[in-house]
Amino acid sequence: MADSEETGSKPNRWHTPYLLLLPGLVALVVFFVVPLFAIAKLSLQSGGLSNYPNVLNKNWEVIVRTFEFAGLATIGAILIGYPLAYFIAMRGGRYKNLLLALVVLPFFVTYLVRTLAWKILLYDGGPAVSILHTLHVLPPDQGLLGTDFAVVFALLYNFLPFMVLPIYVSLEKLDRRLLEAAADLYASPQRAFRKVTLRLSLPGVFAGTLLTFIPASGDFINAELLGSDRQTMIGVIIEKNFGKEFFRPELSALSFMLMALILVGVLIYAKVLGTEEIA
Amino acid sequence: MTAPTSADRVIIGGSGPPPWLRRLGRWALTAVAVGTLIYLFIPIAVVVLFSFNDPLGKYNYVWHKFSFAAWADPFKYPELGTSLQYSFKVAILVTLTSVILGTLIAMAMVKYRFKAKGVVGTLLILPLTMPEVVMGFSLLTWFVALSWSRGFITIVIAQVMFSISYVATTVRARIRGFDWRLEEAALDLGAKPLRVFSKITFPLILPGIIAAALLTFALSLDDFVITYLNSGIDQTYPIQIWTIKKSRIPPQINVFSTSILIASIVLALFAVWLGARRSKRTGQLNP
Repeated sequence: MADSEETGSKPNRWHTPYLLLLPGLVALVVFFVVPLFAIAKLSLQSGGLSNYPNVLNKNWEVIVRTFEFAGLATIGAILIGYPLAYFIAMRGGRYKNLLLALVVLPFFVTYLVRTLAWKILLYDGGPAVSILHTLHVLPPDQGLLGTDFAVVFALLYNFLPFMVLPIYVSLEKLDRRLLEAAADLYASPQRAFRKVTLRLSLPGVFAGTLLTFIPASGDFINAELLGSDRQTMIGVIIEKNFGKEFFRPELSALSFMLMALILVGVLIYAKVLGTEEIA
Repeated sequence: MTAPTSADRVIIGGSGPPPWLRRLGRWALTAVAVGTLIYLFIPIAVVVLFSFNDPLGKYNYVWHKFSFAAWADPFKYPELGTSLQYSFKVAILVTLTSVILGTLIAMAMVKYRFKAKGVVGTLLILPLTMPEVVMGFSLLTWFVALSWSRGFITIVIAQVMFSISYVATTVRARIRGFDWRLEEAALDLGAKPLRVFSKITFPLILPGIIAAALLTFALSLDDFVITYLNSGIDQTYPIQIWTIKKSRIPPQINVFSTSILIASIVLALFAVWLGARRSKRTGQLNP
């Protein structure tokens, strides 16, 4: 974060910023930080720390699947989102804003309804299945609902704009003269792309990955609407059981682990990409 | 790779691939981009199309025949309309609260230097790096511990918690790098503090506030996971659909969604038009 732009030139009383922060911070502490301590405490109820290995053992398959689905959806989103963002930023011309609006437009239809539309499309008697049957890609007795493919495909769909927009922003900011300079120094277009464009757009890819992977890893709507028992994710377990009081310690441990794994993942990812800018 | 001997080779790009391969690459890029846009729109087209379906059973999943029935009777299931109203009530209160709290935080972060800035920054990022289901479940646990019954207030609190960060980040990005000495100049010239706020500060931060408010409003209307975990008997629109779907999926849902889509497009076009007019008038003021 560029603090240099935040001048802080005001010679005012020292407590002014704290007064401005007070209401928001109190709200965040009482209803965001304290609840996290509440689940930490609940997760240790009746069994202490041994709850964690137990929960891990019991849900190992689901945990692995959750990260696998979220990871596949994120990689897919990069693979098709990057070209789209690149196309809009570099070739969009005067249609740039229109194209961006088109990327955002599906979001004016509620998440749940969009996912229901995928159910219509992937339904056993629906268009996707009949096309795949005619092309003999799918065996005749095989549908699409209740498969890993359906869940990952819908997750990818639902979070794709969160990938496209940050990549677009970082490509849009890119100084085009750097590409000219690379060409002047005899870099081939491929090399210029690798060394300049790709490298400078990494913060966008980073932000997009977080905005895709994190919500996808906690999602339960796609897995419940388009999947079966074999596609259960962590979110599904929480959604199905949060009403049962005896289950809450286990769910607390599960939530806490999900959060911790994601935080560790984010930190490692930030190190690998060599960017310190998270927001 | 040998260095080109003449300037011509550089212009032609002698070290790169043959031109036909480059044309192919360019064509492939366009194809992927257009294909992705189509992918984004297929379900939306389905939503609109299936609002004209006359489904055979209770579930609007398979195309049967074209009909205006759902459009002629959009309020056949009154709970859809009621829940939409409820959603708007929640969204308005959430937007107001988080815009005020978030903007104050953004102002403090941009205009002042203070010791706890790093901590506050981390606290603001944290909600954005947490899956909604974790945030929603921890809040639920907390409300249970406090023995608060779930309802309007708990939904608003839950949504404000994830919105504050968005507002603070959006407003902060928009007002970064402004020349706050304008305020001092106005004070030096004898303006009263209230007048300084209304004539200088507020107009400067207004575009950021509007952007943040629109984002919050949209996020609030669309939110499912956090709201679901913290709602009581009254239900917001997405949750009502989730509840209804256990017994039926009527085409009225598609009618509502299509109407919201059209209304949003009209509003967005209006906002663009308004923005263009505004920037024409005050273009010099906003960098």
